[in-house]
Amino acid sequence: MTTKQQTLLKESLDRIKAGGAPKYHEKLKKQSKMFVRDRLVKLFDDGRFKLEDGRFANFKAGDLPADGVVTAVGKVDGRTVCVMANDSTVKAGSWGARTVEKIIRIQETAEKLKVPLLYLVDSAGARITDQLEMFPNRRGAGRIFYNQVKLSGMIPQICLLFGPSAAGGAYIPAFCDAVIMVENNASMYLGSPRMAEKVIGEKVTLEEMGGAKMHCTTSGCGDILARTEEEAIEKAQQYLTYFPANFEKKPPEQEAIPPKEGRPISEIVPEHQNAPFDMYELIGRLVDNDSFFEVKKLFAGELITGFARLNGKAIGIIANQPKVKGGVLFVDSADKGAKFIQLCDAFQIPLLFLADVPGFMIGTKVERAGIIRHGAKLIAAVSQATVPKISVIVRKAYGAGLYAMAGPAFEPDCCIALPTAQIAVMGPEAAVNAVYSNKIQAIEDPKERIKFVQEKHQEYKETIDIYKLASELIIDDIVDGDELREVLIDRFDVYSSKEMVFSKRKHPVYPV
Amino acid sequence: MKNIQSNMTGTVLNILVAKGDQVKAGDQIAMLESMKMEIPIESTEDGVVSDVKVNAGDFVNEGDPLITLE
Repeated sequence: MTTKQQTLLKESLDRIKAGGAPKYHEKLKKQSKMFVRDRLVKLFDDGRFKLEDGRFANFKAGDLPADGVVTAVGKVDGRTVCVMANDSTVKAGSWGARTVEKIIRIQETAEKLKVPLLYLVDSAGARITDQLEMFPNRRGAGRIFYNQVKLSGMIPQICLLFGPSAAGGAYIPAFCDAVIMVENNASMYLGSPRMAEKVIGEKVTLEEMGGAKMHCTTSGCGDILARTEEEAIEKAQQYLTYFPANFEKKPPEQEAIPPKEGRPISEIVPEHQNAPFDMYELIGRLVDNDSFFEVKKLFAGELITGFARLNGKAIGIIANQPKVKGGVLFVDSADKGAKFIQLCDAFQIPLLFLADVPGFMIGTKVERAGIIRHGAKLIAAVSQATVPKISVIVRKAYGAGLYAMAGPAFEPDCCIALPTAQIAVMGPEAAVNAVYSNKIQAIEDPKERIKFVQEKHQEYKETIDIYKLASELIIDDIVDGDELREVLIDRFDVYSSKEMVFSKRKHPVYPV
Repeated sequence: MKNIQSNMTGTVLNILVAKGDQVKAGDQIAMLESMKMEIPIESTEDGVVSDVKVNAGDFVNEGDPLITLE
């Protein structure tokens, strides 16, 4: 190789690594965005790319460095990950034929290597001028989504949304296991506000239509809301620490840390079944300090979902939150729980259910929203999960709420109760009303009526006494809340060798 | 002006603020009863209560305004 050839190569690479024109870099700065290669430096251990392919994609076009996407492999916390990252300084990160081909190839690489794949999205969508080359063909944009579906549950797929993901591009986050969105910059929509105004006459801002906050609080398309790009990248790094590289491996372990100090669980849980309390406080007493990593924190808060470490080992927690909407299950909470359970089950993350649930919501509003089929999704996910699963009845578990929280019929490895537990088709007040409604109405003397109702409450409470359920072997044990952490550590340790096939078939007909 | 809404269908057990009260985001402003549970309602904003729109015992739907803040 001559010096001239070396110089040409070096100059070419420098041009590619610089991305788009300086004015677009200025624009990034104004939006508090990082350049795509800086994002990857922040993501990878020691800021080091192990390899990058397709650097010269569309080189001959002259003004489309790497064709607007960086596809690279690097290490995160010592483990290999594959990445595709849009470069919004190159034609707004839009997709041409080679952009799409590069994305498909990094997906194929991640599949062969059996390692996580991260999608760092910041893209205006398809280049309409190139549509015939990148949209409809066998290895066109559709193949990206096809591959995502194929890889789902095989390797972790995470989306970090730094900018727009418009129209078809919005399906990249939709097919990922988790979506981390940067506040104010990330957006996701099928039709832009401008298009909505032209086509359906709706006037709306971008934030209202598809902003990060909207998706993380209302639509449920976003899982984690980050204030800055740096925070989004740190969240992705943390998220990965709970996951194995692929479905055949177990999640990595970390050093065991004692839980956060505070009130004992026996004090946290009120005896009165209808009084609210904060389930986060109880979770804090169970898991290793600072290990709780919540997913969809801002969405359907009546059900808490998140990863944590128990004695150094990763678990997934599904917990009712009595402080929000009484911990009642709704359409959105059912969806949230179903996806989280599938995610944990796919990647060998054991499940801990903490039940304090009055049941699924009733009323016309939720019936019309299809609460039954949404609830069915959650119960289907609970049924199919074959990872170690422990159901703890913290306080009440009424009606189908018991089923949704991995009650005895759903093959948990155990269903254990705290002394405050109450398992029933419905609570005492509702049950006495349902059974004795006519009789109560018929008692004319108010004092007599109250006395009658109180007697029936007492009788009912005796029939659902938790010691009676333990005596009938309905639950496996009754445990002091203050000993629960130790009990869970021992039980998850024992269940770690569990092997089970749920059902032999092609696939279930999923209730959606 | 901003309405603090009911987040759930149910019955108002009590309203914990009165006209003129200063509230902060996160303060409990009412208690509902629904599904036999006590449901605390927290303010989503800072402000001064300019109107109380419901009374104890009223039925409210999800999204109905409970109080107005200035």
